[in-house]
Amino acid sequence: MNPQIFHPFVLPFVIGMVFVLTYCVVGLIRVISQLPKEDRKKFWRSLVTPKTAWANVRDLVGDCLLHVKIWKRNPILGYMHSAIAFGWFMIIVIGHIMLFALKPLQGVELEGVQRMLPNFYYPIFYKFFATETPVFAFLMDFFLLMIISGILIAVVKKIHSKIVGVKRVTKFGFADNMIRFALWTIFPFRLLAEKTDKMVFWWIYSIDLCIFMFMLPFTRYMHIPTEALFILLRHAGLKPREPRKGYALAQLYSCPSCGLCIDACPMSVNDKNSGNTSAYFMKKLRNGDKEEAQRIAETCMQCGKCVAVCPVSIESCDIKMSQRETVPYQIHSDHSYLDCTDASNASSSSAPVLYFAGCMTQLTPKIMRAMTQIMTAAGEEFEFLDKDGGVCCGRPMLLSGKTAEAQAMMAKNTEFIKASGATKLVLSCPICYKVFKEEYHLEGVEILHHTQYIDALLKQGKLKVGKNDVNYVYHDPCELGRAFGVYDEPREVLENVGNLRKAKSEKELSICCGGSLGSFNLTQKERDEITENSVADLMFNQPDEIVTACPLCLKTFARKSPVAVKDIAEVVASQLQ
Amino acid sequence: MDFGFCLSPSSHVKMDSVDLTTFNRLKETNPDINTCIACGSCTATCTAGNFSEMSFRRILLMLQRGKEDEAKKMIQRCMLCGKCTLVCPRGINIRKILLDITR
Repeated sequence: MNPQIFHPFVLPFVIGMVFVLTYCVVGLIRVISQLPKEDRKKFWRSLVTPKTAWANVRDLVGDCLLHVKIWKRNPILGYMHSAIAFGWFMIIVIGHIMLFALKPLQGVELEGVQRMLPNFYYPIFYKFFATETPVFAFLMDFFLLMIISGILIAVVKKIHSKIVGVKRVTKFGFADNMIRFALWTIFPFRLLAEKTDKMVFWWIYSIDLCIFMFMLPFTRYMHIPTEALFILLRHAGLKPREPRKGYALAQLYSCPSCGLCIDACPMSVNDKNSGNTSAYFMKKLRNGDKEEAQRIAETCMQCGKCVAVCPVSIESCDIKMSQRETVPYQIHSDHSYLDCTDASNASSSSAPVLYFAGCMTQLTPKIMRAMTQIMTAAGEEFEFLDKDGGVCCGRPMLLSGKTAEAQAMMAKNTEFIKASGATKLVLSCPICYKVFKEEYHLEGVEILHHTQYIDALLKQGKLKVGKNDVNYVYHDPCELGRAFGVYDEPREVLENVGNLRKAKSEKELSICCGGSLGSFNLTQKERDEITENSVADLMFNQPDEIVTACPLCLKTFARKSPVAVKDIAEVVASQLQ
Repeated sequence: MDFGFCLSPSSHVKMDSVDLTTFNRLKETNPDINTCIACGSCTATCTAGNFSEMSFRRILLMLQRGKEDEAKKMIQRCMLCGKCTLVCPRGINIRKILLDITR
């Protein structure tokens, strides 16, 4: 073959590339074939629906190419990742543009496959084969130096992560460390090869690429090709059904183990528990370590903060839930005793507003009293669904992975609500709110948490409150804030009755109180550590009172808070005029 | 006093011969059950207990007496709502124990 278009040193790269491409195609077919039929249909449809297709394009460019989410989270890490990933992408693209624009293969006698082959490796080793033009040479050097600057930051991060604002980094095994080393060395060798034009550097550069490609499918760098597929599947609105199949599998491979979730996780206050974070869960599950994955899934509090900070938007909480569902239980619940009880106070009433306090609110009757006061003052016609104790909403049971058993309780509550004829269901507990919103089918019934309800009453002018000069700080309950984005209503309510101070971490970054029903394994001591950390975060601006909107958070904080902890309903009820 | 017959079946438990495998297994994985003072707070707050005979305090007692079948029957009533764990003055992770028994 013409030495101008071929040299044996390109072979390691070509072999590696063929391997990676084959693996990706096989993986793609595997993931799509594992999707349940209806999910697959949904997926195909989402690709041609304009709305989801646009979201796909936006996120493919924004997340895969420009890494917008990492920039938002931490600009230094954003630059580090963009420099390497976007820079690498650009030198490949410019290489192809050169091949197209400069036509270096013109006039070379080639046939069939031989004609195709150079397209494959030419842009990667362009400097070896081609004469160049100043514009392209400048661009190529610019992006190569950008990549190397990114690698320098990565080296600094590896040596001392606190410099780039990361407290804890993921601990990697042998393969992940090795491929990282291969990645870091690719570009300095490319620079050396291009600048010295010595054969030995061209060989090392090509072999380095080969090592990287052969290790890619078995390490965290598999997120590079998989993330694109994951974005498409995510926008199709799928839910993981099995922890290691289909959609969940795509997520497992999309996790870059970057470890941003480790610092974010409330459990990380205890160093021992930082190993129970999502990054490690995904790794364990991907490696098939079911026992460990199960243990971590059951330790997780399901607060959703890891999902909120994840630069890839991996829904690790959902995968943990599907992992919990795999446990075979020996004894199944039997709630048939509910059939012969009339647990509802509401079935005979015709009030338009139905108030469901929920189990946790039954333990904090002051919230129930405050709500009664508020609704009476607003002149609302209302009825209790569970004045003397009701049926659990079903979310705690769902959290244990016992879906069928939870359905039985949910059916009972649905029956009560439908029988009451109410059009508005007001809940005091965000745990209930989440399950009522997501799992219940209550057509024609508006489901409101009491923060939203009180906010609406104030805005409609049905409720008059006076303002005092107490400084409040508001804690966002996980299942109200992160799950449904109810951030503004409670804050607007509090601004009506007093002064609102900011916590250190707010809204989607709010720290779980530590009482969460999501976790089964955490001991009281471990929970207390989380609570103390969360209280310290809330006390950042020295408020006079901590206000929350969840009875469970209220009870949990009350044990550890130096100031009074109140529910938002109590605060409003005390300021009624 | 033993007449050799009685009107109702005997509830006599022979502590030397009862099978305590479940209880011992539980003690191993959840050592905090040893700290239970049988105060009954769990039972008093129980959501399911409102409609049925469900009582965690009694479940623990039954397991200690080797009455596994009765305990397992009662545990089916549980709604796993977690109020018991929240009110336990000894900080026992009751929800986890209930879940472990059903495994």
